[in-house]
Parts: sequence; structure tokens; C-alpha cells
Amino acid sequence: MTTTLDKTVLDMTEMELREVNTTLQAAAKAKANEAFVITNPRGSHAMAVGLDGPINVTIKGSTGYYCAGMNKEATVTVEGSAGPGVAENMMSGTVTIEGDASQYAGATGHGGLLNIKGNASSRCGISMKGIDIVVHGNIGHMSAFMAQKGNLVVLGNAGDALGDSLYEARLFVRGTVKSLGADCIEKEMRPEHIEILKELLEKAGADARPEEFKRYGSARKLYNFNIDHADEY
Amino acid sequence: MCGIVGLFLKKDELRPQLGDMLTDMLITMTDRGPDSAGIAIYGDETDGMVKITVQSDTPDEAFADLDAAVCAVIDAPVTIKVVDTHAVLTLPEAAEKAAIAFLEEKGLRIMGSGASMEIYKEVGLPKDVAARFGLREMGGSHGIGHTRMATESAVTTMGAHPFSTADDQCLVHNGSLSNHNQMRRKLAKKGVFTRSENDTEVGAAYISSRIAEGATLGEALEGTIEDLDGFFTFVTGTKNGFGVVRDPIACKPAVMAETDDYVAFASEYRAFADLPGIDAARVWEPEPATVYFWER
Repeated sequence: MTTTLDKTVLDMTEMELREVNTTLQAAAKAKANEAFVITNPRGSHAMAVGLDGPINVTIKGSTGYYCAGMNKEATVTVEGSAGPGVAENMMSGTVTIEGDASQYAGATGHGGLLNIKGNASSRCGISMKGIDIVVHGNIGHMSAFMAQKGNLVVLGNAGDALGDSLYEARLFVRGTVKSLGADCIEKEMRPEHIEILKELLEKAGADARPEEFKRYGSARKLYNFNIDHADEY
Repeated sequence: MCGIVGLFLKKDELRPQLGDMLTDMLITMTDRGPDSAGIAIYGDETDGMVKITVQSDTPDEAFADLDAAVCAVIDAPVTIKVVDTHAVLTLPEAAEKAAIAFLEEKGLRIMGSGASMEIYKEVGLPKDVAARFGLREMGGSHGIGHTRMATESAVTTMGAHPFSTADDQCLVHNGSLSNHNQMRRKLAKKGVFTRSENDTEVGAAYISSRIAEGATLGEALEGTIEDLDGFFTFVTGTKNGFGVVRDPIACKPAVMAETDDYVAFASEYRAFADLPGIDAARVWEPEPATVYFWER
């Protein structure tokens, strides 16, 4: 462990993953708002997980499964691509991926901002529960499946079955949508949505105007059992 | 879970390092598949000659004077290279069928055959399998490898990947096929037979049979999306390169990297960590139900 100016460098050729995570978790809990740089991550799994407090972590390279899972208040930046399940069940704080994110990025996230500068693959924001996700590129199929709350903003295109079985999350897509999932429909973009989107695009440093986006949401037809459909089962 | 790796070199001067690079990738994928490991390597070839890779549990006995015995049957020159439980016999292409029939009759397991392809696979930890075969020292233009966590058939040499069902063609697979018995019967009706109970071998046989019927590698891989049911990330090797395809659901992971020197495939980015120039490589996830291939 070396300290330069105000940043502590943790080199993963010298430290085990568990030691790195323990160091980060302790610093987060201390709430001293320390800054850490992790070098040589070599695609390791479960990096910078369970950070419960204000701390700034920069990972110099690509990460494996479940990076920054359960994040709370911390700011985590991956200067590379992230494997499956990045920022899973995030509660608050900011997670930024400079490259691409693999499947189920931000799954079940309750809050905070997940900012993906590249593309996200399938099942992005699956079962999201309040998180804001901004993807500067495209997203894959089955994104926002059963999403309950929060905002998913996509500057590029969306894959098949966007927002299948959606509850109350808002989906904003600038490009094309390959297909909408069951009970997901295009909705009117009202002034309050332009406001929400403007703020999110600014926070994510995204070069796009809110007016360029379409909004998708739940048709709310799956909320209750429809007696007229009884014969179909 | 299983681990897959693949490496296709764009520059001939890297050929001597192929085995070394692939071995590191394979060992990194041990967590995903610790019960068996295998590799198909596309190396040197001689005009008009074919290489047959065979395996025996009793190599000392089985490989003693095997070249002479095959030579006597096919009446042509045969050379043998013994590598642990495997042996590679090189003989004239025209005598391939007769030689394979004789080798099978002797109870040897055929791993694969082709002008440039050699296949090495065994039960055990990837690092041990790699050391037994001296994979690090092997050179070639491209290769694919697999670390297995068995689900669909027993942990045996014949259940390990890669599977080869035609000359210079092989397949590695992460996932499981659910219509493999039905497809096995369909293929059998066309005279295409498999050697094991394994689902992946059926996938390999499907691709080979499509190519034999005149399909291109791309068309055969497209066909897997329609005709095979289940979960798969496939990497297939051919004499000239390799191809990648994932099922439409794409829950089995895949990542690719490309530089001026190589194209690499792996189940996880970790497998790329030691590749030269990886920090500057283009890294991306192959799209679901999309065929990719690289050929020289």
C-alpha cells in the first residue's frame, strides 16, 4: 500500500482481493471520504463490494463479476469494462463504468447512479427498485425486466423485450427499440419527464438533449387478474 | 458452468507462443471447470498428410509399435508422436479412413483428425492436464480450449471438450443442450454418428453435418440458433480459424478482445489478463444469436 498526495494506491499484484475489500470497507465505514486507486485488477470478481459510506475508489482496468455490489454512498469508477452484475443491489452513491458493462448491470438497485459510458448487454436494470441507470451506448435484450422504480436512460438503442412485465420504472431511449416486452408501452413525454431526464443527463455528463428521447413505461394491464382472460389459462 | 478460451493469431511470428498464451488462459478458467480440460491446437501441416490424435488409458502398451502396426495395415509410411496418454499418428490422407477403422478396432479412442489439428484432453485440473501434455511448448496458428464442470455426461476423457466430428473441426461449449437426444436420432438417420453420450458432441456433429452438406461455417453456426435448444456459448475451430455463437438468451458469459496481433475469446475477462497489449485491446461482449468468425 502506497500513499501519494491524497490517494492511497492498492496494487493487486501485491494484495489479495479480500485484503483490498477489507481495506476499502473499513475506510468507507470511517466516513473520512478517503480516495483509493486500485491497480492491476486483472478482471477480478467482487471488487469494491459492500462499501457502506463515503469513499472514492478508482479501479485502473477491467473487472469481473459483481463489481461495486451493494454500494452505499461510495463513488466507484472502473477505468475499463465490467463483468456481469456490476453495481448489483446498489443502494446509493455513484458507480461509473468507462467501458462496457456485461449482463444484469444494476440489477435490483435501490438508489444511486450507475453511469455506463459504453454499452450494457442483456438484462440491464432487471428488477430495478429506485436506481438511476444512464447508458451512453446500447443496451441488450430483456432490459428493465420487472423494473419497479427508478429511471433507465439509454442514449443508444435497446434490444428485444424492453421493459417486459414492468411496474413503475421510467425508461428513456434516444435510439431505436428492437421490441417492447409484455405490458410495456410508449408514453407521452411530459414537462416533468423532460426535467427528470435533463437532470440525469447532466449528472451523467451525457451529451444529449432530453427532447431527443422517447419515454416507455407500464400499461398497468398485468397489475390485476382480468376475469375476461380466465379461459386463456 | 464451464470455461472456454480461444486464441487466433494474426501474425506468424507469434506462432511459437500460442501454447504458452493459451495455457495461461486455460488455467485461469480453472474455477469455472476443474474436472477436465482440453485443447485443440492448429499447428504445422504437410501436404497430403493427415494427423490422427488417439488416446489410451494404457499408453505404454497401446502405443508400442503402433506406427508399425498401422503402416502394415495401410501399406504407407506412418510416424508417431507420443504425448502422455495421447499419440499423434501422421500418415497419407488417402489412408485416413482405413487407419481410423484399425485404431478403433484396437480399442483406441479417437480424439480427432485433420491436416493441422491436434486434440489433447484429459480428466484433471487444467494446470495438471496442461503440464502432462506440455501445452506451453506447443506452437500453432490458433487454438481453442475448455475447462469442464460436467452436467450432461460423466467425467471421462471422452466427455471432455473439445469434440471433433470432422477433419480439422472441433467445438467447445459452455451450457447444456436440451434437445440433444432428439438431434442425435435425427443425425443418425442421416448416417452421422457420435462417440459419446455428451450433448456437446451432438452440437459438434450438427455443425459438421451442415458443413458436409455444403453450408459455410457461418451458415452452420446460424443453424445452431434455430435447430439446437438450450443454453450455449459455442466456440468452434476450423483449419482456417474459429467462430463464436451464443444462444438468444445468452446467459452463458462471453467476452472477446482484439489487437493487431490476435483475436481472443474467453468466458471471463480474467483469462485475458496476461495477454500482451490487452490494456489497449478492443474488448467487447459478443451479441446473442449473432455469428462471429475469423479466418485467415
